[in-house]
Amino acid sequence: MTRSPVRSRRRVIVRFAGDSGDGMQLAGSRFTEATAEHGNDFATLPSFPAEIRAPAGTLAGVSAFQIHFAAQDILTPGDEPDVLVAMNPAALRSELGALAPRGTVIANEDAFSKRNLQKAGYETNPLEDGSLDGLHLIRIPMTSLTARATEAMESVSTRDAGRAKNLFALGVVSWLYDRPTTPTEDWIRRKFVNKPGPLEANLAAFRAGWNFGETSELIDVQYRVDPATDVPPGTYRNVNGTTATALGLLAASVKSGLPLVLASYPITPASELLHELARHQDLGVRTMQAEDEIAAAGMALGAAFGGALGVTATSGPGMDLKAETIGLAVTLELPMVVIDVQRAGPSTGMPTKTEQSDLLMAIHGRHGESPLPVVAAATPGQCFEAAYEAARIAVHHRTPVILLSDLFLANSSEPWLIPDAGALAPIDPGFAAAPLNGTPFQPYARDANGARPWAVPGTPGLAHRIGGLEKEDVTGDISYDGANHARMTQVRAGRIAGIAAELPLLEVDADDGAELLVLGWGSSRGAIRAAARRVRLNGHAVAIAHLRHMSPLPANTGEVLRRYERVLVPEMNTGQLAQLLRAEFLVDVESYCKLEGKPLFAAELEREILERL
Amino acid sequence: MTGESAGADSHASSLREHREALTAKDFTSDQETRWCPGCGDYAVLAAVQKLMPELGIPPHRVVFVTGIGCAGRFAYYMDTYGMHGIHGRAPALATGLAAARDDLSIWIVTGDGDALSIGGNHLIHALRRNVPVRILMFNNQIYGLTKGQASPTSELGKVTKSTPFGAQDEPFNPLALALGAGATFAARTIDRDRHHMTEVLRAAAAHEGAAFVEIYQNCPVFNDGAFAALTDKGRAVFNQIPLAHGEPIRFGPDGEHGVARAADGGLEIVAAGEHDLVVHDAHRADPAQAFALARLAESPSDPTPIGVFRAVERPIGISEVARKLTAAREQIAPDALDGLLHAGDTWTVGG
Repeated sequence: MTRSPVRSRRRVIVRFAGDSGDGMQLAGSRFTEATAEHGNDFATLPSFPAEIRAPAGTLAGVSAFQIHFAAQDILTPGDEPDVLVAMNPAALRSELGALAPRGTVIANEDAFSKRNLQKAGYETNPLEDGSLDGLHLIRIPMTSLTARATEAMESVSTRDAGRAKNLFALGVVSWLYDRPTTPTEDWIRRKFVNKPGPLEANLAAFRAGWNFGETSELIDVQYRVDPATDVPPGTYRNVNGTTATALGLLAASVKSGLPLVLASYPITPASELLHELARHQDLGVRTMQAEDEIAAAGMALGAAFGGALGVTATSGPGMDLKAETIGLAVTLELPMVVIDVQRAGPSTGMPTKTEQSDLLMAIHGRHGESPLPVVAAATPGQCFEAAYEAARIAVHHRTPVILLSDLFLANSSEPWLIPDAGALAPIDPGFAAAPLNGTPFQPYARDANGARPWAVPGTPGLAHRIGGLEKEDVTGDISYDGANHARMTQVRAGRIAGIAAELPLLEVDADDGAELLVLGWGSSRGAIRAAARRVRLNGHAVAIAHLRHMSPLPANTGEVLRRYERVLVPEMNTGQLAQLLRAEFLVDVESYCKLEGKPLFAAELEREILERL
Repeated sequence: MTGESAGADSHASSLREHREALTAKDFTSDQETRWCPGCGDYAVLAAVQKLMPELGIPPHRVVFVTGIGCAGRFAYYMDTYGMHGIHGRAPALATGLAAARDDLSIWIVTGDGDALSIGGNHLIHALRRNVPVRILMFNNQIYGLTKGQASPTSELGKVTKSTPFGAQDEPFNPLALALGAGATFAARTIDRDRHHMTEVLRAAAAHEGAAFVEIYQNCPVFNDGAFAALTDKGRAVFNQIPLAHGEPIRFGPDGEHGVARAADGGLEIVAAGEHDLVVHDAHRADPAQAFALARLAESPSDPTPIGVFRAVERPIGISEVARKLTAAREQIAPDALDGLLHAGDTWTVGG
């Protein structure tokens, strides 16, 4: 046995793909943990079928997990994989189109039976008919090698062995990129601590895969991706957008002292946030699975009236249903956070595909004049800051706030520099106390921010009534007076617009002489930065900026837009931000729109930028 | 505490405060009441304002949550905390409030359209969850605030602006609906009978979980006389079937009518002297008899049971969790947030 030569790579993209029952998400997430342990920077993107149990072996049932890891700071889960692990013909057929030219396919050849080929729509076996010429094809009989590795083990059933082939694949890829094995082996021991069959089967499969890589001449080279050195110092953990959002809300609850009440109705992909927060009763978190989306919003608002941090989370169609309650929160001027994990619409649309098409709805989607702040998260880790900021604005300004995330952010993961809890901005509920001199309580009197008192039931001397009817300024009594309504409309608009004064200015990362500004929002931040980096490496000048507050916009937004000859706004919609900017600032913004249910890729943005230089 | 009878340690009594005696005035806001002259809502408001001081709960611990419709204005007239919500959503708002706070006495005031039509889903789930709220549903069998359309309790054939050829849809029976949703307390009373209404409201106030009270309420403008059989002098005594726990169910000027078990297992109205009358048992776990009583009258123009149909104890999950979480929050360590943020696998990059 000769040791394979080792080559160095700066960055690599691997996609694990198989049937939804093949355990690809697990293989991918274990590879991610080992990659974190190794010290690479990384970003990941899982993709699942919409059906829970699509027929086995079909294209509809393909589940995939992509990881981009590098010896440098990286910004996206990557466009084209360098390596595709295909556990069956359907996975190969479904994912092959994404593979980089001259990329590597690692195929489980045992799964390429006549029947499986038919299910995937292949007339001939692509492993044998020459259709993969030009790619680096590595055929491994993973199912039978896993069975052989476990056949002498008494505790391992045929079923256990059959289900462990994903760990074999993980072993092969772990060897190929020289990942540490300890994190994976420790995880297997923890996960199956009381299940000797699966424990032995998975350990044996993982080691067999690793050993196969080391000994088989099928794989003639091993790669090394050195730990990243250009990332900021600090303690990191791997988070996806859902976890980061949950942590942001929890941090806001702990820092403000407000109990967190999250009410949600199950919907893909926002349900994950409900699951995540439901586990935190130790921090006093109340999660409620409401009877419908409307009730979820109502419960969050009712809890807010009672002095809690009321939150409701949903996706697409759920936002439609919550609109009425959000409007009530606008006029009640109570704090509330509404999280919209955007997905492709209209209607049910594509529940497991991403999009940014709820922007205008978030800003304008209620009857009457009902302004509210809208915050958008930019990366999986930044969901923490965005959720915290949404809660802070809601509490300080007594207003519902919509936090826009999307499916890509929710599922994608990256290393997250853990913030210092003590350094987070304070959140002061500032509950109203009874007036000392016996003057009557005025529920719609205002502080310097234009915010009204948060007077919670149970406080003596502050009993008052609020409701959806128009209120008289200051007293809060019902009023149908036209002049009062005009004034209150202005007050509501002005106090939300006024929040811009405390928001950070829009920062521009610009080269000298740049004439093109690429302005993004939401989950495209990584792709835009990566595209700009590539453009700059080729000697071109470009400016980039990213909006995290969609309403109100940062105070200098118009000035920044007018600074550049051309402004390009890439979005996963038909140009909603572009429309907003054109209407607001009379600037001839150009749109790049993508509506394929996939995130924006660095390569396409690089192309769009170069076309405009 | 949950599941105990409404005794010294009940939720309602835990909210009592010893202070100088309160009066109805302490629960009356400075807002001018704006229901139509003769509206049954005035009587309910007066009864509630009169009852409140007797409960001993100070106004600042009381919250009225209402929906849309004439009944929705109720919140503005009580000098307590109040939220006038949106159409049908009061139970959802109140459920969120109850989840966040177990130290309040929460009342919902709603109507037949608000509770049974646009808010039907929230109503049945509030009852299913046994949320500790008192739900006063003013049933006038018509949409009043929108000026006279058929409601989900309007009788078949009812001619209204929206049903010029007569309502075609079978009406809901609100008590049967509430019992079907698992209501632990279900009662019916009448706006014109101040004494009966007060006693039913008192029983609702003492109930530990969700208390559903249907109040027959006359709308003098759009559906005048809908309950005349039960309220007109001379007719009421023949048509009101008062329910009293532990008593045989009988009615009529001399108690000459009664309710007995029919041959088919259901209930029927009989001559009292000739049959064994059913003894009312509001505390039975099995809701079948309460349901049969709810369905005894086809409409309020027939002899109709009034009173507490059902009052049983069932755990109040929402309050149990609220207490558990309050306790948990008191135990949160100063470094809990740091621990949370650093949970799971972490790694450190040197600076």
